[in-house]
Amino acid sequence: MGGRVLVTGADTFWGGRMIQALEADAGIDVLLGLGTRAPMVAFERAEFVRADQTYSILSRIVNAARIDTVIHTFMLVDSTQASARTIHEVNVIGTMNLLAAAGAPCSSVRQLVVKSSGLVYGSTEMDPATFTEETPRARSPRTDVERSLVEAEGMVSDFAEENPTSIVAVLRFANVLGTGIVTSISKNLARPCCPSIFGYDPLLQFVEAGDVVRALEYVMKRRLSGTFNVAGAGRLPWSEVASICGTRLLPLPPVRPALAIAPLVRLGIYGFPPELAALLRFGRGMDTSRLVDAGFEYRYTSAGAVQAFARSLRLHRSTGRRPSAYVYEHDVEQFFRHSPSVDRLVDTPDG
Amino acid sequence: MPLRPLEPAPVPESVRHADPPSGPEDPRRSDVDEWGRSERVRSLARRLYAPVYSKWFRAEWEHLERVPPEGGALLVGNHAGAVPSDAPVIMHGIETELGRPVYGLADYFFRKVPVVGTLWSRAGGIPARPDNAYRLLHDQHQLALVFPEGVKGPSKPWADRYQLRRFGRGGFVELAMRAGVPVVPIAIVGSEETMPVLWQLPQLADLFGLPYVPVTANMLLMGPLGIVVPFPAKLRLRVLEPITFDVEPHRERYQKSRVMEESERIRQSMQAALYDMLGDRRSIWFG
Repeated sequence: MGGRVLVTGADTFWGGRMIQALEADAGIDVLLGLGTRAPMVAFERAEFVRADQTYSILSRIVNAARIDTVIHTFMLVDSTQASARTIHEVNVIGTMNLLAAAGAPCSSVRQLVVKSSGLVYGSTEMDPATFTEETPRARSPRTDVERSLVEAEGMVSDFAEENPTSIVAVLRFANVLGTGIVTSISKNLARPCCPSIFGYDPLLQFVEAGDVVRALEYVMKRRLSGTFNVAGAGRLPWSEVASICGTRLLPLPPVRPALAIAPLVRLGIYGFPPELAALLRFGRGMDTSRLVDAGFEYRYTSAGAVQAFARSLRLHRSTGRRPSAYVYEHDVEQFFRHSPSVDRLVDTPDG
Repeated sequence: MPLRPLEPAPVPESVRHADPPSGPEDPRRSDVDEWGRSERVRSLARRLYAPVYSKWFRAEWEHLERVPPEGGALLVGNHAGAVPSDAPVIMHGIETELGRPVYGLADYFFRKVPVVGTLWSRAGGIPARPDNAYRLLHDQHQLALVFPEGVKGPSKPWADRYQLRRFGRGGFVELAMRAGVPVVPIAIVGSEETMPVLWQLPQLADLFGLPYVPVTANMLLMGPLGIVVPFPAKLRLRVLEPITFDVEPHRERYQKSRVMEESERIRQSMQAALYDMLGDRRSIWFG
């Protein structure tokens, strides 16, 4: 079990959740979070290090802290949240620097867990109903996010080949639903009407946000290597997803649907990246037996994840409030961690 | 500067110990399976199609008992008529008589077409891909229907009626070998006369990106209605002896010569059955 862990993307939803999950593990001596902005969640014992997007200082940190396990969660998968250039910088250049640091001759890194996405399979009419980890894409990627993820995964598999003693795992997640995470899909489902493409009712698979963190943690602790699909069991048509979430379908014309919805996207009402446009036509299914056979137990099926999301939507509508956001205060964190006045045995963060 | 590890703090409930959704209710609201097939849509389709099947085509089966009542099997038919009626007739017949679902494997072209693609999928259509077929036949022990002639069957001219085209590259044999299931050939007579192809319009097909655009006798007689309405030819279907291959399943590749040989043998047996049935046929309309 790795005792000195570095989590990338500590300022993002996934990095934050991952660190929170690992903080409870007494077997981890050193827990570092690397991020570009202030973290979104409060850390109890993890140390936060601010870096630039491309992680150019990473090798220094890895060496200085003698990191043995890297959990790479900083991969952008939603192209509505960043420009094409940023996506490239983060996914490709960031991963490249990470692998360079981890693969340096003096590096102490022995394990690497990468959070990737089912987007690497794409979504076309030529797809099989179910992708296994070995199924190749039907077509070469056409969108920035998919291209960058495929490229980043390629670098990771090269790294695994060049460093046969390292444990390298890549997790490909289905579309995530959960409280607290906003994706194009969750944003659309929260509206009274959500976009679909007329004449198409694709089958989708979802994974619940908690299962994402649990899967990353499981793969890390079991020291599994290889590629794993992570998705809740079963899949359901988009119309059914909308119906469970209590929203109506807003059918877009099958020709240039993105153009038709562009004004509403511009107003910030919907998210409609090209990956979603493809998904709303052809969907995607992933075979999850490899991780299940390795002993991982999902808490949610695909339909269960949708239902849990629908419940959180209803709760949010009824109370009209979101959980209060945490604001990272450097001085406050320093005070709690290092001030002699703080009695750390009784200190309960968040009060 | 080592950090003293703090006591493991409670992690937010939602992160680690989220209970599965409470209540006994099943979140699913439709019965669409992982292939996109819906038994509810199928049963509606069967109810609508029943008069077409029994009154219009008066479909009649021989040796339906040769279709295995359980376990995976690859059904193989001859494909004919501009808009072929053979697929719905075979699927309808086996589902009503044997009570087993049949998944129809067809070109992924359909999936791109709005409405049609979705209906096709809900009614049990699946893109013909080797991994789909393997999963269906081997892992799930289902019946899958393929037409090895592919688009060459329905697009062939009237002059070539009941002349089986090449059976692709024998992919269906390889599929059955890999999945370890029998091939069940089905010979259909009458389908050629339901919608005879008179000419092809290749320019129009190119323009619309369609596999073929034929002019049919139905269009000449009925106008635009002829695109969808077949002639009421009597359909006879004969199930041939299932063929099992004595090879080790789950292999990546099989000897090409063996595959082609088996494929050709099946083609010839179906061709012979067609000639035999046509020899017995007194009337196109009454069988």
